[in-house]
Amino acid sequence: MTADAVAVGAPQLQVELRGVGKSFGGTPVLQGIDLVITPGEVHGLVGENGAGKSTLSKIIAGLYSADEGTLVVDGEEIDFGSPREALAHGIATIAQELALVPALTVAENVFLGREPRTAGFIDRRELKKRYIALADRAGFTLDPDRPVGSLRIADQQKVEILRALARGASFIIMDEPTAALSGKDTELLHGVVRQLAASGHTVLLISHFLSEVLELCDTVTVLRDGKHIRTAPTAEETETSLIEAMLGRSLGSVFPEKSAPPLGGTAEVLTVRDLVAPGVNGVSFSVRAGEIVGLAGLVGAGRSEIAHAVYGAVPRAGSVAVNGRELGGSTIGAAIRGGVFLIPESRKEQGLVLQRAVRENVTLSNLGGLSSGGWIRTATEAREARGMLDRVTVQGDERRSVSALSGGNQQKVLFARALQRARHVLIADEPTRGVDVGSRRGIYDLIAEQARAGIGVVVISSDVEEVLGLAHRILVIRGGRIVAELEGARMTEANVITAAFAEPAPSEEL
Amino acid sequence: MSDTITTPKPTNILRRVPWRTIAIVFPFFAVFIALAIGSPAFLSAQNVGNVLDRQSGILIVAAASTLVLIAGGIDLSIGATYMFTAVVCGTLIVKVGGVAGAVLGITVGILAGLLVGIINGVVSTYLRINPLIATLAMSFIILGATKLVSQFGKQGIGQIRVDVPEFRWLATTKPLGVSLPTWIAFVILVILAIVLWRTTFGRYVYAAGGNVEAARLAGIRVNLVRISTFALSGLAAGIAGVIDLARTPSVPENDSIATTLTFTVLAGIVVGGTSILGGEGAIWRTVFGILFIAMLYNGFTLLRIDPLFQGIALGVIILIAVGFDAWSKLRRR
Repeated sequence: MTADAVAVGAPQLQVELRGVGKSFGGTPVLQGIDLVITPGEVHGLVGENGAGKSTLSKIIAGLYSADEGTLVVDGEEIDFGSPREALAHGIATIAQELALVPALTVAENVFLGREPRTAGFIDRRELKKRYIALADRAGFTLDPDRPVGSLRIADQQKVEILRALARGASFIIMDEPTAALSGKDTELLHGVVRQLAASGHTVLLISHFLSEVLELCDTVTVLRDGKHIRTAPTAEETETSLIEAMLGRSLGSVFPEKSAPPLGGTAEVLTVRDLVAPGVNGVSFSVRAGEIVGLAGLVGAGRSEIAHAVYGAVPRAGSVAVNGRELGGSTIGAAIRGGVFLIPESRKEQGLVLQRAVRENVTLSNLGGLSSGGWIRTATEAREARGMLDRVTVQGDERRSVSALSGGNQQKVLFARALQRARHVLIADEPTRGVDVGSRRGIYDLIAEQARAGIGVVVISSDVEEVLGLAHRILVIRGGRIVAELEGARMTEANVITAAFAEPAPSEEL
Repeated sequence: MSDTITTPKPTNILRRVPWRTIAIVFPFFAVFIALAIGSPAFLSAQNVGNVLDRQSGILIVAAASTLVLIAGGIDLSIGATYMFTAVVCGTLIVKVGGVAGAVLGITVGILAGLLVGIINGVVSTYLRINPLIATLAMSFIILGATKLVSQFGKQGIGQIRVDVPEFRWLATTKPLGVSLPTWIAFVILVILAIVLWRTTFGRYVYAAGGNVEAARLAGIRVNLVRISTFALSGLAAGIAGVIDLARTPSVPENDSIATTLTFTVLAGIVVGGTSILGGEGAIWRTVFGILFIAMLYNGFTLLRIDPLFQGIALGVIILIAVGFDAWSKLRRR
């Protein structure tokens, strides 16, 4: 166990997984993974949410230990007990949340905790010298005296990488490094990864952006449902081939076929008149039975606020009627009794009770119907929950904690809850946020199915394509008002975006 | 837990045991066995009966407080409420006298607790005052009110004593050889445990503490749920105050009785493993927690260890309990 890898250019590591398996609470997350990561390459790791990418990287990084199989580093079987041990062997992870001290300078951050000292005082000159030597070898140029807090995120990531290198890391794991970055920073970070590869480091890159993987990686590994699907040179892959490997099927249409828009005479299930609430400045619209209405607009335009006001989650003025009958009051209870249900935009903060079981989360809004005199009829509840979960295609034991599910399945659990109560109107706020490609179609199908069953659906999304793909009619929101109503041929991305941004309504020229 | 997956290694079954939730059971039985061996008096029917009798009030309060904590609140006024109801009850017994006095004392005492609980609930939900602060403030107010009532009750007498058979039967009756307070505590614990486990209200309590916003958007009237838990906690403090008055039977006069009760109850809940962050917990865990502390104190007495060390031991135990909880959450990843 020689752990004194001193500087950059340290021995390159061959990391190998042999039959690695890992489960959480009885659910296998990884099964029989055999994988060799060749020294000096940029190795991409792709897969849907819940495919096991992060778990795999965490096993290599020493955050988890494998239940089955072995991790082999340079021919030696190792079970890292902690990230510290992994780092001692030259393996470091660059996390999405950076652990830097903003007030300290670049060089101080890089050598934090191992500053060169003379008689107890930090030797600044030596610090700078070492920093420059290190940065040179890595091929980075960053001013050592800049406070880290003043740097762009991509540059902060560089600092984080340099810190890992200063500790002798030669195998760098990057988990979604560009997920939170703007276009410019993404470019910069891509440069960093290339630089690392050029200076002889091995990089394991986990990313949702397939174009990024194809551009940067030498080799790419696809995981699906915790299993290793294939590892191939990137040159042999395309975006389509990767997606098909991730999904395990060919890539069909992203959106379900639209049902015919309801005819003019179809009854309105939801009628909103002069709605005023915090962030909502006088909104009137209606939704007919079987119609999907999309609310588009920029973040903060007031779309979710409209949904909350209709649902009675905030105090409101104006009228909200379901099937022509005014709701009894502006409370959530009145909305639910009227057959309106909201699937909120943030499932973790507003939707699920994460500590509780899947089953309880499904039935939370419908307990009144599953109990007599406050006493829950558990057999009925179990049957109801199972039936609902089958409808939204969530498998597995519904007694486990809902936090164990993937993002897509968590969203489906919320749909399962909504299906019991949304008798007339379903409002889905950002229904596919944080949901992987494979589960998206399932959620779109659920939305389309509701509309076909005669329910009026309101879909709120920041993803213009999603709104266009699903809705019969689009309302563009800006400043808490409806600024455009688009239907039929006028439903184009250009029109939506123009209306969302520009002051004059685009309808005149068209 | 059913076996849905087919690659079970023998360790998997052990892994699936929710160690974190049953953690309290191990130290409890360790101390239990140690005391049973170390002190012959410990397992005697009389000693066990005495311990349970003395803990009945605390257990009732702790069970209701567990609901408050699970729903995401905290009630620091339970001790004060407990004392207040005892004083109200004692004063009425002395002033009215006879069977009427006893009945009136018991009823009004318990209702006074309920009233305090409802006020706590309303203040900490609709008035949006943090429950920690709200109930702390309330406990000062209640302690003040307690002194007011007891001055009115005393009027010349040194200390209010309610050693009248019309009232004392509450503590002295022993159906099937077990004291009535123990029976009452047992029944209340079972009821609250079932409420939490099998009723819609119980579900709402967990949901309100686990994720308020999600509970609200799911259509649960979160404020009402929280007020109900505070009301139950006040009601429980009322019942406990009356029961303990019948046991002692002199009206408590020292404020430290209130603080000690509050702290012991919270300590028991935490040692039992109910999270003070809400959303998690169970009545049976609280019972283990409270009885664990009681057993430890009892052991100190039986083994003639300086009571000075009781507090120190309790503090260490709380730190271990909370530390273990944090550690096991970390390991769960």
